[in-house]
Amino acid sequence: MSFLKNHKKVERNATLLMVLSLGVVSIGGIVEIAPLFYLENTIEKVEGMRPYTPLELEGRNIYIREGCYTCHSQMIRPLRDEVERYGHYSLAVESVYDHPFQWGSKRTGPDLARVGARYSDEWHVDHLADPRSVVPESIMPTYGFLLNNKLKPEESKALLIANSRVGVPYTEEMIENAEADFKVQVDPDGDWEEMVARYPKAQVRNFDGQDELTEMDALVAYLQMLGTLVDFSTFQPEISR
Amino acid sequence: MDILKILTFAFITLFAVMAANFGLDWAYSIHAFIIALCAFYMFIRSVRQVGEPIAVTSTGYQDDVVRAGVIATSFWGLAGFLVGVYIAFQLAFPALNLDLPFTTFGRLRPLHTSAVIFAFGGNALIATSFYIVQRTSGARLWGGNLCWFVFWGYQLFIVLAATGYLLGATQSKEYAEPEWYVDIWLTLVWVAYLAVFLGTLIKRKEPHIYVANWFFLAFIVTVAMLHIVNNLSMPVSIFGSKSVQLFSGVQDALTQWWYGHNAVGFFLTAGFLGMMYYFVPKQANKPVFSYKLSIIHFWSLIFLYIWAGPHHLHYTALPDWAQTLGMVFSIMLWMPSWGGMINGLMTLNGAWDKLRTDPVLKMMVISLAFYGMSTFEGPVMSIKVVNSLSHYTDWTIGHVHSGALGWNGMITFAALYYLTPRLWNRDSLYSLSMVNWHFWLATIGIIFYAASMWVTGIMEGLMWREVDAQGFLVNSFADTVAAKFPMYVVRGTGGLMYLAGAIIMCVNLWLTATGAGERKHTSNTASAVPAE
Repeated sequence: MSFLKNHKKVERNATLLMVLSLGVVSIGGIVEIAPLFYLENTIEKVEGMRPYTPLELEGRNIYIREGCYTCHSQMIRPLRDEVERYGHYSLAVESVYDHPFQWGSKRTGPDLARVGARYSDEWHVDHLADPRSVVPESIMPTYGFLLNNKLKPEESKALLIANSRVGVPYTEEMIENAEADFKVQVDPDGDWEEMVARYPKAQVRNFDGQDELTEMDALVAYLQMLGTLVDFSTFQPEISR
Repeated sequence: MDILKILTFAFITLFAVMAANFGLDWAYSIHAFIIALCAFYMFIRSVRQVGEPIAVTSTGYQDDVVRAGVIATSFWGLAGFLVGVYIAFQLAFPALNLDLPFTTFGRLRPLHTSAVIFAFGGNALIATSFYIVQRTSGARLWGGNLCWFVFWGYQLFIVLAATGYLLGATQSKEYAEPEWYVDIWLTLVWVAYLAVFLGTLIKRKEPHIYVANWFFLAFIVTVAMLHIVNNLSMPVSIFGSKSVQLFSGVQDALTQWWYGHNAVGFFLTAGFLGMMYYFVPKQANKPVFSYKLSIIHFWSLIFLYIWAGPHHLHYTALPDWAQTLGMVFSIMLWMPSWGGMINGLMTLNGAWDKLRTDPVLKMMVISLAFYGMSTFEGPVMSIKVVNSLSHYTDWTIGHVHSGALGWNGMITFAALYYLTPRLWNRDSLYSLSMVNWHFWLATIGIIFYAASMWVTGIMEGLMWREVDAQGFLVNSFADTVAAKFPMYVVRGTGGLMYLAGAIIMCVNLWLTATGAGERKHTSNTASAVPAE
């Protein structure tokens, strides 16, 4: 055990001790994280994935702000009961535009990765405003205040720009039209065709049933699109998976 | 020099007031206002000090900042435990969410985790590392008043983080929730912390660096690395709290859990092992069991811990090889963890009898026992088949708390009991029987907590996967929520007991520091004497 004798040198030199420690703790992270930026199955492209609409992105911000991730995961594992309960297992590509990711770590409530289009808008509004009115066993807090908080569509442009700076493929056209796209998604009588052309499968409805554009609209719009982009009836996993 | 200082504070005040005015959201405006108040206070202070002679107090140890740290640790401990008990009962009785945005579980949970890890644990680490590095180096803290910047800068970080959560400013990365400007501030404070600590080590009078300081140094540099990489983000506006993370999806997930698991590995383990390596030998009055084991344990612990992050992402979209690597290293990690526990426990060789008379030493031993238990449970849960049941359930919560309450909490309480009489120049603690009450309340509270979470965790894991003879799922999700109610009440009760123990400790420490114990000694001959 001669290295134990040589350890004298290290424990008599504070700078050496610090540099060696930093070197030793760097290795694991480099080996594990760096490959994820170029390996096939972590950066694969799958048909149907698109960036969030400005309204969905705002809904996602509300989801983050309220700490929904502390109780809800968005990551279905390829286990029999989970696929049965929640749907097809989650793909890496399904969170490729999530800065940050929302996989979560705890299911005090159920997984939400594919909650989109499973319940009606009315159910979501009732459930968020008073969870126990629709699920008596629920222990979720009430979020009725979302119905009263008005949104500021003019701020969505800056949000899209920030996302495009970290790599989300928002086109100049999308950024220019951010405010209009934001407003038109809750207005089925408006000219929403261009917005849907930019964001395929975007759902256009008055989500909260109120005249005003509120945080409830944005959050329900986000929940209703979760897991709806990839069409699993045509999806073919690559052989390498 | 004075003019420069005064001008700087004046400009910071001015800019912060402007930022508060332009702020796009409440969290940002209120934070800017808090910063303006702090800068304005420093401005006034600097103006009043102009021309006053600079007091030279560079002799002896810098213990004022350690005293402040002991008070801050106790205060934030109570705050963090209280929020924890409250959110535990919110899960049993959802009416406690009060129908307000600021008091929902989603906003209070980060407040609880940050309060106990960073406010309680962080202050304990800063205070004890400052105390230990001076004693084991035979040198006063390097950098003059820089240590006060570390202390107050860190408290400001805590206040900004906590108020931010309540107002909805979060980047949603667990244990790294504070937004971009709070992250930048913490980076500055942390660099100053490293400078003070390393500076003191470099000017030490002892030829060797004591083992406790290896752990503190590794903890400080590694946390700096983790903090910076995991918080790389792009602010949406310079006048708003919102930011977007640089990484996304699977890359962000692994970066987060590389950070998250090593917040446990370095903040809550390496740093606290530094505390253990000083206070256990001191309290037992015995040298550390094995020098060789210290060396092997130190290098293997810091090398292996970093790899364990992927076990938080078993069966997710993270590639299989990374999951398996995480699992293998997590299991290997069992060995250095137990190496540390053995080195601590065996230090008591020849001094085990003291456990009968010295409740502070008893607290150290139980903390090592909980350390051993949770570092065994952790590798078990990192095995993929076990994890397929335990992940997403309360079992994880129970595991974390047997480590946090048992190991981190108990060793911190013991350190506070050790430090308070020495820092305030008292002969002994006010009451040893109060320490005993604290010990038993905390221990039984942890057992209530961990046992109830084993029951709910394994139960809900089994209920989720239960299928009938036709292959259909038996339980709806809501069924599993309803089934957990009684155990949630037990868990809350356990937390309440732990909080009660901490309140008893704070009273005891307060009476010790204010000298009530001394007055008691003179009036009462049957006084409490710690074991010699």
